[in-house]
Order: sequence, then structure tokens, then C-alpha cells
Amino acid sequence: MALERPQLATGVRLKHDRVRDQQVLLFPEGALVLNETAVAVLELCDGDRTLDEIAALLSERYEGADVRDDVAELLAGIGERGLVVDAGA
Amino acid sequence: MPAPDPLLLIAELTYRCPLHCPYCSNPTDIGADRYRDELPAADWQRVFREAADLGVLQLALTGGEPMARKEIVELVSTSTEAGLYSTLVTSALPFPRRRVEALHAAGLDHVQISFQHSDPALSDEIGGTIAFERKVKAARLARELDFPLTVNVVLHRGNIDAVESIIEMAVDLGARRLELANTQYHGWATLNREALMPTRAQLERGEEAVGRARERLGPRLEILWVLPDYYEDVPKPCMGGWARDAILVQPNGDALPCQGAASIPGFAIDNVRDRPLREIWLESEMFNAFRGTGWMGEPCRSCPLGRQEEDFGGCRCQALALTGDAAATDPVCHLSPHHDVVVAARREAEEPQPAAPPRPFVYRALETPPARV
Repeated sequence: MALERPQLATGVRLKHDRVRDQQVLLFPEGALVLNETAVAVLELCDGDRTLDEIAALLSERYEGADVRDDVAELLAGIGERGLVVDAGA
Repeated sequence: MPAPDPLLLIAELTYRCPLHCPYCSNPTDIGADRYRDELPAADWQRVFREAADLGVLQLALTGGEPMARKEIVELVSTSTEAGLYSTLVTSALPFPRRRVEALHAAGLDHVQISFQHSDPALSDEIGGTIAFERKVKAARLARELDFPLTVNVVLHRGNIDAVESIIEMAVDLGARRLELANTQYHGWATLNREALMPTRAQLERGEEAVGRARERLGPRLEILWVLPDYYEDVPKPCMGGWARDAILVQPNGDALPCQGAASIPGFAIDNVRDRPLREIWLESEMFNAFRGTGWMGEPCRSCPLGRQEEDFGGCRCQALALTGDAAATDPVCHLSPHHDVVVAARREAEEPQPAAPPRPFVYRALETPPARV
């Protein structure tokens, strides 16, 4: 499944867990603890930006590193679980 | 061992329920006096806040039928304020539009609706109430309001052959998740084990149907398939391990590590009216009884499979029910000296059953003792 303009699926949200002091992704009957990179990617998934735009923004933040493949891989993994969907679909 | 931070609060708001499912995981003495005195809404609200402070992320509003509590909207508001991810686990009786819209406005995150079968008449027969059409309407309303929807069907001998049409039903209703949980033999299900336990061939066909559907549907529908313990040779980590992830609070405020823990004698049960949730989680005799691995005897203590931290010895309530000792290894494990009990139950399920009349269910009811209908 191609994610042109990724966004969090309905009922999926990011939250800062104050007890564990970590960012978590909450969804129906589950939670994922996220690392910094995953948070940075998911925060940009607004259903408007394309995957390329997200990768470009992150690349700027990480001093020009080519992160497109990493972003695509991360979103594919989360997308397989139905937590991120394509806004156009 | 130190207590980990809990993730889940299971709030059994009431044991009142319009359905009479013969496999209900509620205790069989739900009609007992001690469950009549339901925890007031203000106490639930305090418990939700205490749970969030303790690290709980997920709240399951369940029962019985949680919609039977008139304060359900206020309870959801408090859950939202506390930052919890809330799921309403409902029979969808009742599921009135205005109330559900109010739940949506209050921040309810997710709706889970139970069905008993994909065939309306059989669904109603298993649930012991005319309910199917109302459940369909409720599911459509939930989707109209853009709730993520989970359809839950407890599987058993009488509906497992319909797995394919159950999956179609879930797709048609717009569900994102389908829980196909094979009956586990706790609560009311122990009274109906003979009538409920599927054959191995039925299970295998069901599992194949699930595999084909997953292939076809991909992430559109997440299908959970939970095997019944009785057909496994190593136990599951019941509740993710005793007092490790979850806290369950009964309608009267009794706090337990799982649905069946009250059946285990010898440990004091704490009530949320008397002690803060944190104290109960950390200090309660019941929660500490089987936490971690230190309580284990043989064969768990020297587990040759290295599964101590994987299955945590399986289910304490099942160990008690089948061996008389809650600290015994779950007899589902092939290394348990009592494993033959499980094997015998499997063998019994393979024996031909009379075509008609079918074995009668003992339906869940608040009256005690349970009546065979």
C-alpha cells in the first residue's frame, strides 16, 4: 500500500506519557512507545504533506542526510498495522 | 520483584446486562449481594485519575453492559481529561443516538461491539436476547460518527464454522478490527464447556479462513485470532502476566489482577473505596501473590523451555479450577503433571454429539443459582 499523503488513522493519536516520560502512539486497545525519529516523522503526517515533503523537512533538520528510505520504511511498518493511512485513499 | 507500571484499567461498571451469553467471563455469582452495591460515579472518576497517575494508558469501560450506567458520559469525560484512551465495550443494547453523540463529544476514543454470530437468528439465540438488528444499527451509528470500530465475536462450537461470513459482516459494518476470541473456560463458560468446545478440525478450518482473509484484506481489517488454551501445549501469558499490565475493578470496587481472581481463596481483596489505586497496585496481597516468577514451583521453576518470563506460568484461575491449586503450573502446559485433564477435554470434544436436541446452555443470569434453559 503506497502512502502518498500519510496521516494517522482514525482513533490513533500521539501522546506524551508523563509517567514514563516518553512519546507513545495510542490506538484501539494498544500502545507503542516511540523513539525520537518515529515521533518526528509522525508529527509531520498531517494528510497534506507528501512522503517526499516529510523526508525533505526531516533532512533539513538532520543536516542534509538522505532519510527518505528510512521514513518510507517506518511508515510502511506502521501502515501495515493500519495505524497510518493515505489521506487520498 | 518491583511492580511495573500498569497499562490498562478494566472498569467493570456493572454486571447488569441485557444479554445472557453462556460464555460470559463475569463471575458465575454476579447475582450475589456483594455486587449489588455499585461503585458511585465519583469513585470511578477518582479511580480513573489515579490510574492515569499510575501510568495506565488504556481504559476499557465494560461490564456487564457499561451503557446501563446512567453516568457513562460523565465517566468518559473524566477519562478524557485524565488523558486515557477509552474503549466502550458494549453489547449495543442500549445505544441511543443522542447518548452516543454525547459520548463522542466527551472524547470516547473507540467502540467495541459484540456480536454472537453473523446469522441474526443464531446470534440472538446464543445471546439469549433479540439483539442482532440493533447491533447492526449501532455499528452503523458508530461509523457514522467516525468512531474506530471493533467487532468482537467469541467463538465456540456453535459459530466457529461461520468465521468466513463473520469476517464479511465485519467488513460490511466498516470495522477496523475483528476480535475472534475462542472461548476460554472461565466464568460461565466452565458451566458450558461441553456445549462450547469446538473440535480440532473446526479450529483448523477457522484458522485457515482467517489466514485467507488476512491475505485478501491486508491492513483494512485487523483480525485477531485467539486460540483456546485447551488446544495449546504451552500456556499463554494470561493478562500479560499476573499484575504486570492490567488492573481490573469490579462493579463494587473490588480491585483484582484479572476477571477470575476473586475465585482464588486465601488472599485479601482490596476495594478502591478503602485504598488508593497506587497502594493496591503496589501492596495488595492479591496483586503480589503471583507477580513475577518468584512464586513458581516446579515444573515452572526450572522450565526447560525458558518460558518463565514469556508465559508467567499461564493462568492462575485455570490452574486452580483444574488442579485445585492456584500456584500450580497451568495444566495447558504439556509439562504439567495435570496436563491429562486438558487432553481428556479435547478428546471429549471429538466425540460425536447427538444431532438434536443440542446440548442446552446455562445462560448467564443475575439470579442464582444459574438455571439451565
